[in-house]
Amino acid sequence: MASIAKHVESLGAYCITAMEQTGRTFNMLLQVLWELLHPPYRFYPIVRQMYFIGARSLTLIIVSGVTIGMVLGLQFYNILQRFGSVELLGAGVALGVIRELGPVMTALMVVGRAGSSITAELGIMRITEQVDALECMAISPDKFLIAPKVVAGLLSVPLLTMVFDFVALFGGYFVGVKMFGVAEGSYWNGMTDAVEWQDVRLGLEKSFVFGVLVTLICCSRGFYMHLTKAGSQGAEGVSSATTDAVVLSSIAVLFSDFLIGALA
Amino acid sequence: MTGNTPTTNAITIRDLVVDYGPRRILNGINLDVPHGQIMVIMGQSGAGKSTLLRCILGLKKPTSGSIQMLGTDIATASRKEIYKARKQIGVAFQGGALFSSMSVAENIQLALHEHTDLDEKTIQIMTRIKLDMVNLLEAENLMPSELSGGMAKRAALARAIIMDPKLLFFDEPSSGLDPSTAAELDQLILTLKKGMGITIVVVTHELDSIFKIADHIAVMKDGNLILTGTPQEIIDSTNPEIQGMLNRKPRETIVDTDAHLRRLTGDF
Amino acid sequence: MNKINVQLITGIFVLFGIAAFTYQAVTIGGASIRPTPGYTLVARFDSISGLRVGGIIEAAGVRIGTISGIKFDPDNYKAIVNLRINEGVPVQQDAIVSVRTQGIIGEKYIKLSAGGFPELLTDGMEIHETESAVSLEELVSKYIFNSSSGSGSGNNSDAKK
Ligand SMILES: Nc1ncnc2c1ncn2[C@@H]1O[C@H](COP(=O)(O)OP(=O)(O)O)[C@@H](O)[C@H]1O
Ligand SMILES: [Mg+2]
Repeated sequence: MASIAKHVESLGAYCITAMEQTGRTFNMLLQVLWELLHPPYRFYPIVRQMYFIGARSLTLIIVSGVTIGMVLGLQFYNILQRFGSVELLGAGVALGVIRELGPVMTALMVVGRAGSSITAELGIMRITEQVDALECMAISPDKFLIAPKVVAGLLSVPLLTMVFDFVALFGGYFVGVKMFGVAEGSYWNGMTDAVEWQDVRLGLEKSFVFGVLVTLICCSRGFYMHLTKAGSQGAEGVSSATTDAVVLSSIAVLFSDFLIGALA
Repeated sequence: MTGNTPTTNAITIRDLVVDYGPRRILNGINLDVPHGQIMVIMGQSGAGKSTLLRCILGLKKPTSGSIQMLGTDIATASRKEIYKARKQIGVAFQGGALFSSMSVAENIQLALHEHTDLDEKTIQIMTRIKLDMVNLLEAENLMPSELSGGMAKRAALARAIIMDPKLLFFDEPSSGLDPSTAAELDQLILTLKKGMGITIVVVTHELDSIFKIADHIAVMKDGNLILTGTPQEIIDSTNPEIQGMLNRKPRETIVDTDAHLRRLTGDF
Repeated sequence: MNKINVQLITGIFVLFGIAAFTYQAVTIGGASIRPTPGYTLVARFDSISGLRVGGIIEAAGVRIGTISGIKFDPDNYKAIVNLRINEGVPVQQDAIVSVRTQGIIGEKYIKLSAGGFPELLTDGMEIHETESAVSLEELVSKYIFNSSSGSGSGNNSDAKK
C-alpha cells in the first residue's frame, strides 16, 4: 500500500513540475513580448543569433533536405508505379515536403543543432552566475539573452524550412526524373498543379510556430535550470536539462504539427 | 557599529530571514553599512555570506525583514525600482561570472553600451582606464576562457567599477589567489575607497586582507551575525568562536562520542 | 568571428531563404503577383466530384485557364463553377465543358471543346453545354450489375453498351 501511495505521490509531483515548467515557459514568452515592445531596440544581437540558429544550420538543412526529397521520390515512385500513376510523383513529393516534412524535419534539425546548445549555454550561464551578473548590471536577461534567440528562431526556422523544401523538390526530381525516367514535364507540372498557395501557407505557418516553440522551450529549460531538480547538480544538471529540452521540444513540434494540421 | 540614522547608511538590514525551501539559511540579520567605508563579512563557508549578498542585490527574495540599499527597500521594491538602484552598484562575483561569449574588453564595456550613449572611442578609453587600474591591460582582447583565476577576478572587478558605482560588492576577492596578487587586490580596494569614495562590501575569510582593508567587520556563523564591530573590537572580543576563527583553530572537537557514532552509523 | 562576417553570412542566408520562399509561392503555389489577364465564365454541372479550386482547364491538351471558384446552387442542386480563361482564348457560345480525370486515379480537370457558333462569350457569361464527372465506381458497378442480370437497367448512359 505504502509503495502505491508513494507512486501516486511521485506522479502528482511530476505533474506539478510539468505544470510549473509550462507556466514558466509561457511566462517567458510574455516577458519577451514585453521586452520587444520597449526600447532600447537592438538588432545586432538578433542577427548574431540568426547567424547561429539559421546560417550555421544551412549545410545540415540542405543535406537533409536533398536526402528526404530523394527518399520521398523513391518511395512515392514505387507506390505510384503499382497504380500506373507515376505522373503524380511531382505532386506527391511536393505536397509531402511542403505541408509536412519540410517544417517538421527542419524544426527537428534546429532542435538538435541549435536548441540543445541554447539550453546548454543558458544553463552554464546560470550556474556560473553570469545571469546574476547581468541582473546586477541592471540589464534584463529576458531582453539581452532570451528575446534575440526567440526572434531569431521565429525568423530562421521558416527561412530554413523554405530552403529545405526547395532542395527537397530537387532531391525528388533527381530520383524520379534522372534515375527512374519519369517525364520531366510531368514532374514539374504535377507539382505546380497540385500545390496551392494554401499548402505553402500552411507549411509557413507551421514553421513560424515551431520556430517560437523550439527556442522558447530550449531557452526556458536552460534559463530556469536553477529552479529544477537538476539545478543543484552543476555540469550534470546542464546535461540533463539539455536532454530534457531536446526531448520536450521535439514532442512539442510533433504534437503541434498534428494540432495545426487538424485545425487548418 | 556606527549607530547613525539610516540615511547615512548605504545599506541597512533589519531582521532579515531567508529560507531555501525548508532550510533556514539566514536567521534574523541586522546590519548597517555606513557610506564610504569598507565592510568585511567573514565566517566559515556555508555560513550564509553569499546568500546575504544575494539578498542585498535583490537576486533572492527574503522570507521576511527589510533591506534598504541606497534608499530603496529591496525586499518590497518593484523590478523597475530594483533595476534603478542596481545602476548605482557594482558586483564582482565569486567565480568572476564573466560572459564567456565576449572578450574581456566587451565584458567591461557592456554596461556602458547598454546604459549610456557614449561614442565608441570614449567607451574604449574608459575601458582601458579600468583595465589599467586592475593591471590587466594586456588581456584586453582575450576571451574569459583564456584567463587565469586571478585575472578573471580582476577583470570582474574592472567590470564592476566601469560605471563608477556608489556601492561595490566583492565576493571572496582573494580566495584561490597567490599572496602577491591578493595583496594587489587589497591595495586596489583601498584605492577605490579613498580615491573614489566608494562604499565597499567584501566577503572574505583571508585574515591578512581583512585586517588590512576593513573599517568594519561582521562575523557570521550558521546564518546568524554573531558580532559586528571595528577590527580592534573583533580582536579584543572574548567570544570563543571569534577567537577560534582568528587563531585558525579547527572546529570544536565532538564531546559526546557515543551520540556522534550513532549519527554516523544511522539506525543499524 | 567578426561582426562584418556574421552580418554578411546571415544576410546571404536570409536572401537564400526568401528566394526559396518566393520560388515556391509564385511558381509552385501559383500565388501570382498580378492575376494573369483573362476573363471569367460560369458553368453549371450536375456533379463535379473531385474537382478543386485551382484545377486546370484544358483545350486540346493545352492549359488555357484555371478553376477560380466552386459554389453550390441550393435551388437546382447543382455545382456552379467559375472558369478563369486566359486572355486571347476565344470561347464560343456553344462550347462544351466537361469534367475529366487525368489517368485512372488522377486529378480532375475541365476539358473545353470548341463549338461552331461564331458568337463568343465574354466576361461573366455562362457556358450552357456541360458534361458532369463520370464516376468510376458508378460505371464499374453498373457494368457488373448489367452483365450479371443480363438486361438493360433503363439508365440512359448504359443503353449504348
Ligand atoms: N540555491 C541554493 N539552494 C539551496 N540551498 C542553498 C542554495 N545556495 C546556498 N544554499 C545553502 O545556503 C547555505 C549558505 O550558503 P552560502 O551563502 O553560499 O555560504 P557562504 O557563501 O557563506 O559560504 C549553505 O548551507 C548552502 O547549502
Ligand atoms: Mg560564498
